[in-house]
Amino acid sequence: MSNSLMQKLEILSGAAKYDVSCSSSGSNRGNKGKGIGNSVAAGICHSFTDDGRCISLLKVLFTNYCIYDCAYCINRRSNDIPRAAFTVDELIDLTINFYRRNYIEGLFLSSGVINNPDYTMERLTRIAKELRIKHRFNGYIHLKAIPHASEALINEAGLYADRMSVNIEIPTEPELKRLAPEKDFNGVLEPMSLIKNRIIENQDERKRYRGVPLFTPGGQSTQLIIGATPESDLQILKLASGLYQDQKLKRVYYSGYLPVNLRDQRLPALKEPPLVRENRLYQSDWLMRYYYFKADEIVNEKHPDLDLEIDPKLSYALRNPHLFPIDINRADYEMILRVPGIGVKSALLIINARKYRRLNMEHLKKIGVVLKRAKYFITCNELPAHQKEFYPEIIRQQILAKHTTSRSKTIQGIQLSLFDNNLSLPNP
Amino acid sequence: MNIFIYDNTFEGLLTAVFDSYSLKIIPDILVSQKEYQDYLWANKFEINTDICKAERVWEGLEKKLSSKNINLPFRIFLSEENDNTRLLFDFIRLVFDSHHNIETDYGNPVILTARQAERKVLQEACRMLQFVRFQKTGDDIYFSGITPAFDVLPLIVRHFEDRFADQKWVLYDMKRDYGFYYDLKGITEITLREKQFDSSNGELHSDTVAENEIFYQRLWKNYFDHICISERINPKLQKNHMPRRYWKFLPEKRL
Repeated sequence: MSNSLMQKLEILSGAAKYDVSCSSSGSNRGNKGKGIGNSVAAGICHSFTDDGRCISLLKVLFTNYCIYDCAYCINRRSNDIPRAAFTVDELIDLTINFYRRNYIEGLFLSSGVINNPDYTMERLTRIAKELRIKHRFNGYIHLKAIPHASEALINEAGLYADRMSVNIEIPTEPELKRLAPEKDFNGVLEPMSLIKNRIIENQDERKRYRGVPLFTPGGQSTQLIIGATPESDLQILKLASGLYQDQKLKRVYYSGYLPVNLRDQRLPALKEPPLVRENRLYQSDWLMRYYYFKADEIVNEKHPDLDLEIDPKLSYALRNPHLFPIDINRADYEMILRVPGIGVKSALLIINARKYRRLNMEHLKKIGVVLKRAKYFITCNELPAHQKEFYPEIIRQQILAKHTTSRSKTIQGIQLSLFDNNLSLPNP
Repeated sequence: MNIFIYDNTFEGLLTAVFDSYSLKIIPDILVSQKEYQDYLWANKFEINTDICKAERVWEGLEKKLSSKNINLPFRIFLSEENDNTRLLFDFIRLVFDSHHNIETDYGNPVILTARQAERKVLQEACRMLQFVRFQKTGDDIYFSGITPAFDVLPLIVRHFEDRFADQKWVLYDMKRDYGFYYDLKGITEITLREKQFDSSNGELHSDTVAENEIFYQRLWKNYFDHICISERINPKLQKNHMPRRYWKFLPEKRL
């Protein structure tokens, strides 16, 4: 039995690795009555794989058998790969034994769709339920909501999960139809709206009555595959921003496309995943969530794609020279956040520290501001920090020149290969 | 030149602050007995740790510092660095000497450095929450032996008490040779006489370890290897998040 468990774990974690999400944040479920575990709102990463991604949860598929045949997915039914399925007991035993050794924060459970969506969702829910009730497990549980599963099942799953997610994967519907003919946007958005509404109701009920059980306290997330289809960054960020506002998502993950199904003609043949673009999208995502940026300030009709050479905040600042330089000792918090080289931590320190004295460059440097970039956009106590005239092109060149050369080299390499790939992209 | 010599305890340091006010002397050198070397032409002051004096200084701090920062002095003290003792001494005097609350005056180098020193200690504590690994012993105790860079065990035991409330565990600092034992009811501080573990990496000796322990370590290592996407290998990023010095404690990196 032990050898087969080893193999199953190998297959079913390997099959789950393309799901990027692994966070354990947003929930602070306590450990009531001395059961096992609790959740820490900030989340804890317990290890980092050789690709540098965090391992916070035991991320596995319940099974990698699947009735669908989506072009971008390694587990599609037409692939000839080893298949496996956990039993409920195996999965629970793994979760608890890993948890007790402080390897993980909890379980991230997803699954290929077997028989029908309801059948699959019922299996996932049952595992979460047994963990919570029979084993009094209070660690983090992240469950996938299976598209087209019944409302009752999703409602029940939400009672045991800390976070739920439905993956959109392909950012526009026509492209989704082309790559996954059996799927549609509705199948994704329906459970998402359902969960959103239940979360809002639940928060309201919990304010009014005591003892109302939690419903998915860590909220929802989703994932978009980047670079498999020809969407612009504008389309992607508009979609993400809509998801944050309308669907109240906690996180949108961006997954640089990896050619997992090599011979599929519908997909581009990338030499390497678009890692720089993925990174720029995450930076933009952070700008939207923590820096009060709107999607159309980052990309717009005139600049539909992110600049791969420089980060989106610098790119915004260079496109809007009329807003700078700002006075560090007077400007609002929101405006200080918009200065390239100043992050949330430095900005908070600045607005606290300037109550006591006027800050100068030396102070800023000690606080941790990256002056190399910030100096073009701020004035302090002293003379204007840099030249009076603001020439975006010159600043861009100066900042880029100081960049480590290895990075700019790889960027050039990737840009070239992206260009090649765009040529080979089929028309939508 | 004035030298204060204290006994390297937190209470001793607070007493030193008290004495510096009552003697009206700001020491040029503040040093623990262990590290004291004789200086010629120096006024030596042996600080006798006095709980009452320490209490009074602490109560004063409680009035002067906000609840968010009340633990800052103790956290800095845990860093065990000599420079930080001096920093802490200066910080406390500065807090007392100011008429208004100055704890966010980051333009002042003492305040900023104190905050940065505190961050470093908290980061190490956080790393412990991440990278502590328990091994199960034959008598059902979950054991973890670690060597944190700072003396952070006191900051993290509460987390483990809440989390692993239904299992017995031992968290042992192998560098400072003390630890904490949780027996399902409460936590006690312990020092182990007989070490049934390898004190370089905390690995339990094979006769102490539970029967299926190695099996779960292998499973974990197996999981660790297969969740990685080989096309995206990025050792630099991995090391940024998980510095090398922790690797020897991690079964996924050691096996």
